[in-house]
Amino acid sequence: MPLSPALSTSAPAWFKERATNAWSQFQTLPLPSVRDENWRYSNAKSIPLESLANADVPDSDVVKVAVAASVELEKWSARLVFVNDCLAASESSQLPAGVICVPFSQALEQHSDAMREHFMQRQMQLGSEKFAALHLAMLKAGTVVIVPRGITVPAPIEVFHWVSGENAAIFPHTLVIAEDNAAVTVVDHYRSCTSEAGFSCAVADLIGKPGSHVTYIACQEMSEEAQAMHLSSTVAGKDAQMKSFQLQLGANWSRSESVSDLVGKGARSDMLSVSLPLGDQIVDQRTLQNHKAPNATSDLLYKNALYDSSRTVFSGLITVDEGAHYTDAYQTCRNLLNSDTAEANSLPGLEINADQVKCSHGSTSGPVSEEELFYLKARGIPDNEARRLIVLGFADDVIQRIGNDAIEQMIHARVEEKFARLG
Amino acid sequence: MSAELETPDLSDIKIDSVGDFTFPENNVYDAGYGLSEKTIDYICDVKGDPEWIRDFRKKALKVFNEKPMPTHWATKDLENIHFDEFRYYLAGDRKPKKSWDDVPEEVKKTFERLGIPEQERKFLAGVEAQYDSEAAYSNIKAAVAEQGVIFVNSTEGLHKHPEIFKKWFGKVIPTGDNKFSALNSAVFSGGSFIYVPPGVKVKHPLQAYFRINSEQFGQFERTLIIADEGAEVMYMEGCTAPKFDTATLHSAVVELVALKGAKIQYVTVQNWSSNVFNLVTKRGVAHEEAEIRWIDCNIGSRLTMKYPGVVMKGRKARGEVISIALANNGQHQDTGAKMIHAADETTSNVISKSISIGEGRSTYRGLVHIPKHLKGCKNNTECDALLINPKSRTDTYPAISVRGSQHSTQHEASVSQVSAEQIFYLMQRGLSEGEAMSLSVNGFINDLAKEFPMEYSVELKRLIDLEMEGSVG
Repeated sequence: MPLSPALSTSAPAWFKERATNAWSQFQTLPLPSVRDENWRYSNAKSIPLESLANADVPDSDVVKVAVAASVELEKWSARLVFVNDCLAASESSQLPAGVICVPFSQALEQHSDAMREHFMQRQMQLGSEKFAALHLAMLKAGTVVIVPRGITVPAPIEVFHWVSGENAAIFPHTLVIAEDNAAVTVVDHYRSCTSEAGFSCAVADLIGKPGSHVTYIACQEMSEEAQAMHLSSTVAGKDAQMKSFQLQLGANWSRSESVSDLVGKGARSDMLSVSLPLGDQIVDQRTLQNHKAPNATSDLLYKNALYDSSRTVFSGLITVDEGAHYTDAYQTCRNLLNSDTAEANSLPGLEINADQVKCSHGSTSGPVSEEELFYLKARGIPDNEARRLIVLGFADDVIQRIGNDAIEQMIHARVEEKFARLG
Repeated sequence: MSAELETPDLSDIKIDSVGDFTFPENNVYDAGYGLSEKTIDYICDVKGDPEWIRDFRKKALKVFNEKPMPTHWATKDLENIHFDEFRYYLAGDRKPKKSWDDVPEEVKKTFERLGIPEQERKFLAGVEAQYDSEAAYSNIKAAVAEQGVIFVNSTEGLHKHPEIFKKWFGKVIPTGDNKFSALNSAVFSGGSFIYVPPGVKVKHPLQAYFRINSEQFGQFERTLIIADEGAEVMYMEGCTAPKFDTATLHSAVVELVALKGAKIQYVTVQNWSSNVFNLVTKRGVAHEEAEIRWIDCNIGSRLTMKYPGVVMKGRKARGEVISIALANNGQHQDTGAKMIHAADETTSNVISKSISIGEGRSTYRGLVHIPKHLKGCKNNTECDALLINPKSRTDTYPAISVRGSQHSTQHEASVSQVSAEQIFYLMQRGLSEGEAMSLSVNGFINDLAKEFPMEYSVELKRLIDLEMEGSVG
């Protein structure tokens, strides 16, 4: 059974209309060609659209196992577990009063105004219009978080999305709205129940109103037969501080598109990522730092440690609009090549239209430094272990910028676990 | 008398059948407007090209017609080029006629202020044939010829030295490389052909404009330089001064071949007028332990697209691009470098500095490619951009592709302004704001300007001073 949209009857009319339009858009838009600059070094044909199917309602056994495995952070304010886009578990008793953290379908019914205003309002700019349309058309599940003015959510909100069944596709959605001076951290996990092929096409939109603090973590650990797509955007208002972190460990092909719009004076956006591809995994990452207001800062650090015949693509762009004076924008991509057949492609770009701008980008690709290795080996640490320590340190350098001990430890542990598979 | 560009008049050329022309005797050659197989036959007949060149040109025309404009990555401004409105071959009397009186006042003033010798001014303004300034340099020519160096225009190279010419021509930049290399391959004329025998180190830089050449350094010139084993040569094109030209499309192809241990340096300082599309393909092949350096300075033109490249084909070959671009109002300097590593232990270095003034736009576009079967390759890329005014614009689009764990690449780019503090400091010491700005900009490119031969770097500084005038205050 090929993919087909299954419209929920309870959704408001405006949503149904958008979903219907999106489906016809998905069908008419061509598959991006490799000649498209946004798909350079990559290939949209990696997603087997023909063989994908709507994910079935999961068996209770599958749900039980998935819920039991949905344990990462010790402390959380709310936790939601979805299996095949169906809500399997949810707990939100720890949330401060007034904070909304509900499944997507509930948000559509109960918070229609906020949803109408903020739900998928931006144009895709990094090449995946077709897949964003598919997401909208197929969308059933996800999390909507609205934090009222001045409220800080103390512990993270943690969400798990599982996919089960051969060639099943899920379409998880995340929408976080932090009102003025609110603060919240949201963690999304994307996982497969088995080692089967599957597809996750996720969208995450973060809206930071003036003075808010939003931290968003996406951990992609799908099966190595699966494909994963993550389209995210951040809007940073005046003096808002936004942080997003991408952990790319799973899937044989993963693509992330991350856009940061700095729309308010003094806004800040940190964009971070760690990936550790093995075998013939492909990690394709596109970013855009869009400075629309003066005195804003954006800082991007993406690190890839490549093994075996894996491949990475990093394509980043900083644009500084007219009038966005006193912009500070930085973009760094580092590739650590640990095998003779790994391949790192970097396309770090800048487009500057304003004055009084400090901008830089840097990209390096190379092996583990011989000097660092020598230092550790001279202290009696065997070669293998020395390399492992260096690569972990390479990743920790990014992980530590998250600024939350519990999450940093969790991510470090996930990276270490993947490392163990290297043998 | 104004510049005379007559409408095409082919009535005095008798055409018996396609490809069979008889020419009027006064050496007036004009291929007319537009581009077709007939244009190519005309060019071939006038130039007396051998059959293989005629075939080569016709194949190229086909490729040119088939290839789309590269607007999926390049600027849409390319769509404003109307190929039917150009004349692809002009020689003899049909060249635009100009007299010194026709040269615009501001151009004359520029010459004056650059301190260009009287005899060169006329050549630079396009009012006199370039061999008028030849006398001054004939000594160098004689000395070079004694060493066995061949230094002629490309047509002469093709006719007199076919054994060398044919071996390398079109090998570094194939016809189908891009739409504009195909265009050049179809209609090329002019340009230099240089062959330096093994072990010969040419002391003096060879320059494009003091060569005997009845054909103006053209819109579609084709340059081929071969440095045999262990040879060394430096070639300079353009002028130490602005190059004022009425052409609206300049599409050259430059191919360099550095055999084992050879060194080629290719220096360009060009200042086209702001209606010129300057779309040039330049590439060199460096064999074992050879070195190719492109030193490239682009000032002026409406749109320049130029990415000098080096294919490092032999072990320990080295490639370098040093680039300075200055974009003023209405100008877009889209420049960069291509470094293709095709052998072990090859190293490449790219240093690019660009300055955007007023509403000018400068773009760096780079490609570094290191495939997986190699080891010990290194690349370093640095691009710095300086923005002078609030409406100035700069872009950077590098692409770096590395396979394997035995290479290292680093790329760094920065964008900055001349700091207000620095200007204030200089103005405190009695400089005007404009002078302070000029001094700062010259400071920005100073370390690169040193790479140019002395007289070039002096001119470069003066050119920048001129461009900076009126950009502040």
